[in-house]
Amino acid sequence: MNFELTEERRMLQDGLRRYLRDTVTPALIDAATEDASGHSDILWQGLAEMGVIGALFSEDDGGFGGAGFDLAVVFEEMGRAGAFEPLIESGILAGGLIAALGTGDQKALLEDVIAGGSILTLAHGEPGSRYDLAHVETQAVAGDGGHTLNGRKAVVVGAPAADRAIVSARVSGGVRDGDGISLFLVPLDADGIEMRTYPLNGGGRAAELTLTDVRVAEDARIGPEGGAFDALEAAHARASAAQCAEALGLMESIRELTVGYLQTRKQFGQPIGKFQALQHRMADMLIEIEQARSATINLAGHLDAPRAERERHVSAAKNLIGRASKLVVEESIQMHGGIGMTMEYALGHLAKRLTMVDHRFGDTDWHLERFIRLSAA
Amino acid sequence: MDLTYTDAQKAFRDEVRAFLDERLPRRLSDKVAGGKRLTKADYEEWHAILNDKGWLGVTWPKEHGGTGWDAVERHIFEEETTRANAPRIVPFGLNMLGPVLMKFGSEAQKAHYLPRILDGTDWWCQGYSEPGAGSDLASLKTTADRDGDHYVVNGQKTWTTLGQYADKIFCLVRTSKEGKPQQGISFLLIDMDSPGVTVRPIVLIDGEAEVNEVFFDNVRVPVENLVGEENKGWTYAKYLLTHERTNIAGVGFSQAVLANLKRIAGLEMQDGRPLIENALFAAKVAQVEIDLMAMATTNLRVVAAAAAGQAPGAESSMLKIKGTVIRQELNHLTRRAVGPYALPFVSEALEDGSNAEPAGPDYAMPAVQSYFNNRKLSIYGGSNEVQRQIISKAILEL
Repeated sequence: MNFELTEERRMLQDGLRRYLRDTVTPALIDAATEDASGHSDILWQGLAEMGVIGALFSEDDGGFGGAGFDLAVVFEEMGRAGAFEPLIESGILAGGLIAALGTGDQKALLEDVIAGGSILTLAHGEPGSRYDLAHVETQAVAGDGGHTLNGRKAVVVGAPAADRAIVSARVSGGVRDGDGISLFLVPLDADGIEMRTYPLNGGGRAAELTLTDVRVAEDARIGPEGGAFDALEAAHARASAAQCAEALGLMESIRELTVGYLQTRKQFGQPIGKFQALQHRMADMLIEIEQARSATINLAGHLDAPRAERERHVSAAKNLIGRASKLVVEESIQMHGGIGMTMEYALGHLAKRLTMVDHRFGDTDWHLERFIRLSAA
Repeated sequence: MDLTYTDAQKAFRDEVRAFLDERLPRRLSDKVAGGKRLTKADYEEWHAILNDKGWLGVTWPKEHGGTGWDAVERHIFEEETTRANAPRIVPFGLNMLGPVLMKFGSEAQKAHYLPRILDGTDWWCQGYSEPGAGSDLASLKTTADRDGDHYVVNGQKTWTTLGQYADKIFCLVRTSKEGKPQQGISFLLIDMDSPGVTVRPIVLIDGEAEVNEVFFDNVRVPVENLVGEENKGWTYAKYLLTHERTNIAGVGFSQAVLANLKRIAGLEMQDGRPLIENALFAAKVAQVEIDLMAMATTNLRVVAAAAAGQAPGAESSMLKIKGTVIRQELNHLTRRAVGPYALPFVSEALEDGSNAEPAGPDYAMPAVQSYFNNRKLSIYGGSNEVQRQIISKAILEL
């Protein structure tokens, strides 16, 4: 039993923290928000050069990490800085699916992904799917040495920054069946793809995709025909771990801001941190952040566990992180008072981003119900 | 990062399990599991079995006859004994007074008292709280006035747990009214059978008389029973309180209560189905189970830091708050689970060998008693509000 980071991970953590602190300035956040891509090319290239994208892949796939605790280190720092690059989408979801299912030829793309030259995303969720990973209405019809795709994809985070997307589509079965889902790697400028892009709460951009008779060649299929669900679920487990770690980093930054504010803001002739009502709320917030760290550790440490155990930890962590996030957001804004509600002060961006954590990969209640089902099994 | 035990730690865990298999009397574990009353003889029996193995002084160094275990080994021992429904080790002599004597006691005191704690000659109780001194302990008023080679003690202690069984009591007494309240306190060892000592049981809301009031009326105590220096008792008291309190998070207890809760909720029927299948109830259980999973890791993180030589400071305050909130919620859900049979209270049925039948299932009454009894968790050992103050000062620097 050991809760220390390895020397290599500590170096990655230190280097990344310094780099992000110097690089993710309010000016960079504004520029990324304004840009049509919804991200910062400077930051993306910097992350690639530091090996941060590679840290999300195993050595076999051309990276130098890929374990749960590599993800945890990277995304805690991304959260701490309030950064919003499509790292989960390109590195863990789409890149991870190619690493898990791709042929040798398909995996060749990963070199460019790790080097920062190509940005990928996963177009899986649909207007009616909410958090159900098996819900796929988009159709793929085989024929003429490939497939024809028709359907809609919702809130595809990172699509405006990406050059290619992995699109999920149904080749057989009913709308909510796990069986019958195939994945296809599609250039986002392919004929028949209509993309409506928009900015996101908490930073970054996403898109609604409409696919009309999009033709893809046979070698565009990633993984077995109709058999992608297990890999999709495993990739989302890793994405959930990254999301939990990012939330933890956001919480740590918000904690620092809030404690600093309590120490310096004076009302009634003294720092407001001298008031017991606020001290106790802050102490409770601190305890929940420690719990959030433990939940993240638990999940990161079980990503390679058998499916049932892994998924039980996914739901436990997402439920706890969801509750802790709500507490940290609402309490930090309340303890700051009016300044906590402005976008002129750092808390605003962090609090919005932390709020959105509960709207990705399943929310607090969805995971609580799922945890019960997984525990009963 | 590694969430698993080392091979050596696994081997140690197996050794503890084998020992419990072989030496923990079924009669005792049945009583603990069934929520029956434990007698003084029950505790003494278990202490003697542990002492025979050399495992009674869990937190003690080897030179004083203890185990010399590190924080992880102590954690494993606590986890396994709790899981096996062993009686708890009565903490007053072993976890409270022992470490204080080792650090501040005279050689004569160590040589005399420490072996008697291990072999069960002395049963100690704790004389800290008073009717007017709870969370504000330093305001205590029990006095010890010097008279030749004796102190004369007058006053009253309260919430004295298992004082009815005790031969001796370690007390905080006021030896000076000069300066700040903390400066005039001394740490004194008193025989319970001294003339002038009276014990009165206090019946709590769980129907049990676990705690007592202890009155001192001109009790004469030899000066050699003073621990350390006169008027320095506050330092020793704080050492006792902040000394690595074992198992403050109560993870093992909570895991046992959770298992019991699930068992009961699987047996209790509501609207034709087991209660555990009710979506609302299952959600409440799942929520606290998720908190407990994280808490277990929070606890291990503190344990690992302690094993690496970092003294746990305010982290133990966080463990205490979250650990007690979780235990109390589990107790609450277990009480709710038993339904209408939460009402009957047939005290005789808790006695060993009694023919009295409980009304309803045998798990109902202990479930309710635990709920009432464990209201204490967030009050004693520094109330959860006091713990929040500690966090606020020590970690947040507010």
